[in-house]
Amino acid sequence: MDLSREVRLTSAEAAVFSLRSLYESCGYGRFKVNKFEEYDFYASCKSFLMSENVLTFTDSTGRLMALKPDITLSIVKNVGASGDGPQKVYYNESVFRDSGDGNGFREITQTGLERVGEVDTAAVCEAVELACRSLDLLRAGKSAVLDLSHVGVVSAILDAEGVGEAVRGAVASLMGDKNAGELMRAATGAGISAAGAEKLCRLATLYGTPADVRDELYSAAGDVPGCAPALEELYAVVASLPDGLRRMIRFDFSAAGDMKYYTGAVFRGYIDGIPRSVLSGGRYGGLLPEYGAAHGGIGFAVYTDLLEYAGGGRGATLVFDDPEVK
Amino acid sequence: MNDMINVALPKGRLGEKVYSLFESAGYDCPAVMDPGRRLLFENEEAGVRYFWVKPSDVPIYVERGVADVGVAGKDVLLESRPDVYELCDLMLGKCRMAVAAKEGFVDDTSRPLRVATKFPVIAREYYASRSREIDIIKLNGSIEIAPLLGLSDVIVDIVETGKTLAENGLVPFETVVGISARLISNKVSYKFKSAAIREMEEKVRRAAEKKAEETKK
Repeated sequence: MDLSREVRLTSAEAAVFSLRSLYESCGYGRFKVNKFEEYDFYASCKSFLMSENVLTFTDSTGRLMALKPDITLSIVKNVGASGDGPQKVYYNESVFRDSGDGNGFREITQTGLERVGEVDTAAVCEAVELACRSLDLLRAGKSAVLDLSHVGVVSAILDAEGVGEAVRGAVASLMGDKNAGELMRAATGAGISAAGAEKLCRLATLYGTPADVRDELYSAAGDVPGCAPALEELYAVVASLPDGLRRMIRFDFSAAGDMKYYTGAVFRGYIDGIPRSVLSGGRYGGLLPEYGAAHGGIGFAVYTDLLEYAGGGRGATLVFDDPEVK
Repeated sequence: MNDMINVALPKGRLGEKVYSLFESAGYDCPAVMDPGRRLLFENEEAGVRYFWVKPSDVPIYVERGVADVGVAGKDVLLESRPDVYELCDLMLGKCRMAVAAKEGFVDDTSRPLRVATKFPVIAREYYASRSREIDIIKLNGSIEIAPLLGLSDVIVDIVETGKTLAENGLVPFETVVGISARLISNKVSYKFKSAAIREMEEKVRRAAEKKAEETKK
């Protein structure tokens, strides 16, 4: 019998190994979460989920259970309860989400990390650097960019305009589409001043390297009370990165409207040739206060299944030891 | 190949108007308008490659990154909710999504309203915003006949001139949303072909504004 000792890894498999090595080398410990969670847990924090649709089933004791739609909430719940200061963990798990395109639920494989607890600028720098390094490991010779923005900039503009929750949702959605025309109409229609609406439109359509968009960014938002600290933090994060990684950064505030989940820096990673973002993350707070004080944090997920879009393997090969019994 | 901008155009009359707009913006490719069955055309010099697809499929090609940009009606975008950037309103193919019914129709609010439509997502969202319970009847064509035969109370459909409705004894009585053609972009293409796509957006927007001005005169 031919006992093959070498296996060529798929892009996704190779990604999991390389990311695991990166995160462990930076002090992140493996965190294994259960595949299921009681449905009541998600019912209490629906606003933090991408979709309210959750795959449920009844377990052998009659409890209504859900297949996890999100990993961060489970990690925050568990490590937040320990209260031992910042906890640094990484995971490699599947989540189950409504595809949103009428094709039902999909299993999505994610590898990611979370730093749960107090978050200062140094913690944001570390998370953004690791996000860049993750993209660099996975890009396989192609170009990669990390879009960076800050929820604080958009929320400061909306706070200054006294905007309520319902309008914030509509603004976030139109900003996410870079739909400046409708954003202007919706914002002014909702009572936002013409100057405030214009600031939102300029932010939604702004795109480029931190150096290239600096003047435009400060001109659009620099004079709004509360924006300056957020902008300073972003530029401090960029300045902290090594040159090679800094070149990956673009500022794009169209993703900064997600104020339900994120509270600070937000980032999304892209690799040329893969039609969706392969990495998504940011700073969060206010999650699950009933599970302990350390309910804030920063983290990101890499959608490893999308790497198959890039085609082919990465050339990585797994070699097994000689079997003792042949 | 990577430097070219791939553009998905909607087949049909709207697509021809859209191409003419791109042409006036400097993205010409005369072979596009040649009669025949070819669906893929390119002009290397202008850095553009066009392909004709079914109008309702444009967002799919763009969302999946096969097309970097495309042009789709707002009705198609609202119905399919693709994860794309909606860069600008080309002000072409202007019409509206409206609720229409037989003349003299009065809504009986004691029971769910029966709504026939090709656009169930738009109709459902519209009536949800008004807290009105409805029974959606999804049809694929000849919507106007539904109230005439008693299949539905009202229809939610695209109205251009209102002539087809009038010929069938129907009147539009509520506008759901205004419709026109929109330039959309794949989110990842926007990152990696940023300068070229933003330049195209700007040129096409200017051409659309010029065209709208001329139409007004």
